[in-house]
Amino acid sequence: MQTFIVDTPWTIWVVAVPLIGALLAFLWPRRAVATGFAFGLATAAVSLALLWQVAASGPRIYAMGGWGAPIGVDLHTDGLSAIMLTMAAVVGTAVSVYARPYLAATPDKARGFWPLWLFLWAALNALFQTNDIFNLYVTLELLGLSAVALVALAGSGPALLGAMRYLLVSLCGSMAFLVGIALLYRAYGTLDLTLLAARADGGLQLGIPLGAMVAGMLLKTGLFPFHVWLPPAHGSARAPVSALLSALVVKASFYVLLRLWFTFQPADEGLALLLGGLGAVAVFWGSFQALRQRRLKLLVAYSTAAQLGYLFLAFPLAASDPALAWGGSIYLAVSHACAKGAMFLAAGSIMTEQGHDDIDGLDRVVDRMPLTTAAFALAGISLAGLPPTGGFVGKWMLLQAALEQGLWHWALVIVGGGLLTAAYVFRVLGYAFTESSHAREEHAVPRTMEWAALALALAAVSLGFIAPWALSLLEGVLP
Amino acid sequence: MDNGLLFAAGGLGVFLIGAWAVVLRAHLIRKILALNLMSSGAFLLLVGAGAIGHAGVDPVPQAMVITGIVVSISATALGLAIVLRIAKTTGRALLPEDRERTPTDRPLR
Repeated sequence: MQTFIVDTPWTIWVVAVPLIGALLAFLWPRRAVATGFAFGLATAAVSLALLWQVAASGPRIYAMGGWGAPIGVDLHTDGLSAIMLTMAAVVGTAVSVYARPYLAATPDKARGFWPLWLFLWAALNALFQTNDIFNLYVTLELLGLSAVALVALAGSGPALLGAMRYLLVSLCGSMAFLVGIALLYRAYGTLDLTLLAARADGGLQLGIPLGAMVAGMLLKTGLFPFHVWLPPAHGSARAPVSALLSALVVKASFYVLLRLWFTFQPADEGLALLLGGLGAVAVFWGSFQALRQRRLKLLVAYSTAAQLGYLFLAFPLAASDPALAWGGSIYLAVSHACAKGAMFLAAGSIMTEQGHDDIDGLDRVVDRMPLTTAAFALAGISLAGLPPTGGFVGKWMLLQAALEQGLWHWALVIVGGGLLTAAYVFRVLGYAFTESSHAREEHAVPRTMEWAALALALAAVSLGFIAPWALSLLEGVLP
Repeated sequence: MDNGLLFAAGGLGVFLIGAWAVVLRAHLIRKILALNLMSSGAFLLLVGAGAIGHAGVDPVPQAMVITGIVVSISATALGLAIVLRIAKTTGRALLPEDRERTPTDRPLR
């Protein structure tokens, strides 16, 4: 058993399993739900096996088709990849468990959801292991197209418009990335990230393509001021789709940005300051917008725009102790994925139960759905960065990095953003505990849906306890 | 001026024209056409990148362009399908923020 797990090339199976599942679910729509669910669980299991493999025996390299770089395309699975794959596996399992009862009432949507979701998962898993910039472009496009189709699946007017806006932004971002690839290939004659890291020499021939690629990834990640497409798309999709988009899809382009940064290590402090500054504005702007929202799902979506800002604070803080700042940012990304996934799933349960998601009409929802309210509260605590959650660990590391260098203004952003997060989470909880005269319907919500959200929220909390082990995986990856 | 540089400069020009139209044209079909223009520009740039400074023609950029064309066709198909749905649901192939700017645009049938 042990040798089986250690010897199998899971690197390729984490991409192949969801891809096969997606094709089968697409070709046999009548069995799509059962096939999709089974292959979803299998993908999660394979991801965990890969995590074990990387934790036990270090980074893996898989040469696709036996060619190897620079001619072929290599898949590299290091600690960062393994953490991201595991994040996708945890969120993916919860969303798969949730989606089955959630979509049971609309079989036509379920038939569309499962193949698209597995395609999305395959693209994510491939992206997290890619060591070739053109392969990054291809996986980004696969990811973007399946994400757009998932948003459009809701079929309502706002969802279609959100999907359209998302498609335009996502394609513009990829095009900028592609132009960067062309210029990099022209300058250095390779697409492999390892070779590029060795050959890149700085100056304009690196600066211009890197600028184009970073701009493209900012568009796709939805960092302020490029966030305008994000709340409508994430807020109008069906609940499992919103959870996937906010938890995983935006993290993929952030991951690409990190990889580019670690590969080229730009010496330019101005770009790092610019990214950090935009992140700080995003934290405040997104939080204020979240406070102003009247619909629960839009509040959660604006909260994503705010929390994404935090991830970018690592760029100006990484100068003296890179491991601390980058580790904090990556840990924050992972715990945000679990917490935000839980929040969107909880919001979806509430919307199903009472037929609307107006915040002032929550009407003692805690009495009717204690599990869902608990999931929302626990996820909120992690987002706000209260101990002992994963969000706390990430924010604490960033805070420490800021204070060590005496950069008080960044520390203020981290603390202030946390307070604002607590404010909008407790605003929702306040309405959840009080009565309201707002009209509402009453539908039964399957217990599985409530438990899936709660499990994901508990994962966000428990990330606070496994931090030392998880962060040790990053050794050797960070610059 | 050698051929590669001509391709690259032309590609960049086409790319920028496409980017300009994606932002400023209101009708969604025009936006999708503009995106196609952008990708054509990027492909031309890739071909140009392969042609300069190498002995003969480098096949890698051509392989990339073929892959890129496949991606671009799928994206266009998805985009057009969504435009049709939007036109059916809202009566016009426009995004809400572009609606005030083009009051005379005819509905798409």
